[in-house]
Amino acid sequence: MTDTLHPRNPPTPPSPPAAGRPDAVPPSRPGVASRVLANPLLWPVLALVALLVVNVSATPSFLDVRIQDGHLYGNVVDIARNSAPVLLVALGMTLVIATRGIDLSVGAIAAIAGAVACTRIVGAGDEGAATTAIMACTIALAMCVLLGLWNGFLVSVIGIQPIIATLVLMVAGRGLAMLVTDGQITTVHNDAFSDLASGYVLGLPLAFLVALAMVAVTAVLTRRTALGMLIEAVGINPEASRLAGVRSRTIIWTVYVFGAVCAGLAGLIIAANTNSVNANSLGLWIELDAILAVVIGGTALTGGRFSLLGTVVGALFITTLARTIPNIGIPSEANYLFKAVVVVAVCLIQSPRARSVLRVRRPAPAALTAPKGSHA
Amino acid sequence: MLKKTVTAASAVLICATALSACGSDDSSASDDGTIVMGFAQVGAESGWRTANTDSIKASAKSAGVELKFSDAQQKQENQIKAIRSYIQQKVDVIAFSPVVETGWDTVLQEAKRAKIPVILTDRAVDTEDTSLYETFLGSDFVLEGEKAGEWLVDNAADADVDGDGDINVVQLEGTTGAAPAIDRAEGFAKAIGSDSKIKVSASQTGDFTRDGGKQVMESFLNSEKGIDVVFAHNDDMGLGAIEAIEAAGLVPGKDIKIITVDAVKDGMTALSEGKINFIVECNPLLGDQLMDLAEKVIAGEEVPERVVTEEGTFTQEQATAVLADRKY
Repeated sequence: MTDTLHPRNPPTPPSPPAAGRPDAVPPSRPGVASRVLANPLLWPVLALVALLVVNVSATPSFLDVRIQDGHLYGNVVDIARNSAPVLLVALGMTLVIATRGIDLSVGAIAAIAGAVACTRIVGAGDEGAATTAIMACTIALAMCVLLGLWNGFLVSVIGIQPIIATLVLMVAGRGLAMLVTDGQITTVHNDAFSDLASGYVLGLPLAFLVALAMVAVTAVLTRRTALGMLIEAVGINPEASRLAGVRSRTIIWTVYVFGAVCAGLAGLIIAANTNSVNANSLGLWIELDAILAVVIGGTALTGGRFSLLGTVVGALFITTLARTIPNIGIPSEANYLFKAVVVVAVCLIQSPRARSVLRVRRPAPAALTAPKGSHA
Repeated sequence: MLKKTVTAASAVLICATALSACGSDDSSASDDGTIVMGFAQVGAESGWRTANTDSIKASAKSAGVELKFSDAQQKQENQIKAIRSYIQQKVDVIAFSPVVETGWDTVLQEAKRAKIPVILTDRAVDTEDTSLYETFLGSDFVLEGEKAGEWLVDNAADADVDGDGDINVVQLEGTTGAAPAIDRAEGFAKAIGSDSKIKVSASQTGDFTRDGGKQVMESFLNSEKGIDVVFAHNDDMGLGAIEAIEAAGLVPGKDIKIITVDAVKDGMTALSEGKINFIVECNPLLGDQLMDLAEKVIAGEEVPERVVTEEGTFTQEQATAVLADRKY
């Protein structure tokens, strides 16, 4: 009986604790140029810069920022503000993916959070009060904790594969959100709630600051404590890390709850952005954008090492891509194709194998011998 | 052991429900005279759609039609699945609002072979073979686009906000490939063609949602110089555009004129507040007409291939007058 309670993740033969694997440390101390070249952040950052260059050449004023009603205004500010939901969802997704999992239900959780908050605000006695908004958001996030507990329970206790376990809520969750709103678009009139997406603090968009604060807190928790290493250990080899005394079940459970809370926060920002919730379209496909952001940021879907900074760059890249389409005037019929081509290109330049194939086609042998004698 | 029992029990249960479902359908299908209608709705993406759904449900009830309703959540594959299940259940008539225009021939052939008449509501399909459906009940989207364009031509002097002699229009399109998006753009382009000063300088899809409309409008406000008019293919995108325009420090309805289509309650409210300048109505209350057509089709009567719903237009003054008794 007790056997079935243990997490049965993909069986891997027990091996020594993986946490301190030496391959994280580069074998020799290479020069600055090759260290920059070897930095996994190089390619996503280059892709982002290339996208900005394309935009500036289409609209020279693309990067202009001016002061408008006491806050910054311009494309870059919009991109920062609009990136907040994807950034938040991708942040949670990064940790989930680091444990070798995936969370498909984040879009539905975002919709539920938006639906719960908006219906609470509309139903409250004083619709416009700031306390109403705070109460509604707190209740919505508490709901997300429950949903995250459910996901984590299915994955870590029952041992269902993450893609299947979270698929349950991905499908059912949107129905739940529609149930909450009766399938209607619920419009709210609450300035405090609206500020969550459209407000500014010190001239900077509040939504972006909230997302960055979440990233900072996560970075401190995972990089200044052992938590990050434990998450990576679980992702590299759940069985081995369990045998080494890591509470893998608790860790997995925690990341799913964290992912759900991030998704809920994202849902609140999306709802606040238009002062309304549309259970059908709120956060639709955001899980795919978030997974893409994580992958572009250099975190592998196979679990293990993760990069929070990479995820930030990935989320900014995706939002910039969305802004590029209207900016350079891609016709509506072609915009998915454009997106697909760009994403394929970015994934290709990130793949060391694809890069080496491209390089070998040129002067051939130089590239193959280069890694041995680093003469930089 | 327990697992096996549960599996077996649920299997039995599923079989039983499936059987009973078939049984009840067979008996209800035209034996006792009640009409069984299978309706595959697009989704609940807007207040307009919800009003449409409510109208169909209410009319079915009062006409004594047994309605089987499914919500496709904006996905064509879901709608096809729903239609196939209606064919299997042998309903008397199938009605649906196609999510997109193309890709329906196969499933409509299946319905035809099963001798189940099909009525299209609200949106048309693009097919060579018009015998695949009995009739198309819905708005004339081209006409809606034309009405919007004609208003702009008539009010051209007012609409030239920056006074440079040219009227720069940005267009927020509906879901790419959807009939209303294609036809409204076509009708609008045709109507403004009569005035060489008016031209559409940028056009992009906002997916009929507020969020989509807001994000595209934010981008246009930065990339396009001297926008005079926004033409949004539905109210929701127009409402999103209003937020983007306000965030840019401009006054919607004054600094940038806004024309939308639909006339849902939130849109009408914005119109009466002066934030929108003109709304072309797209009437969702077609339930009664649909039930009427369904009865005629089943009785074997001739029905016209195209039935247009009654709809008007609203200016700011008219909106204020009718807002109080607006149903949706």
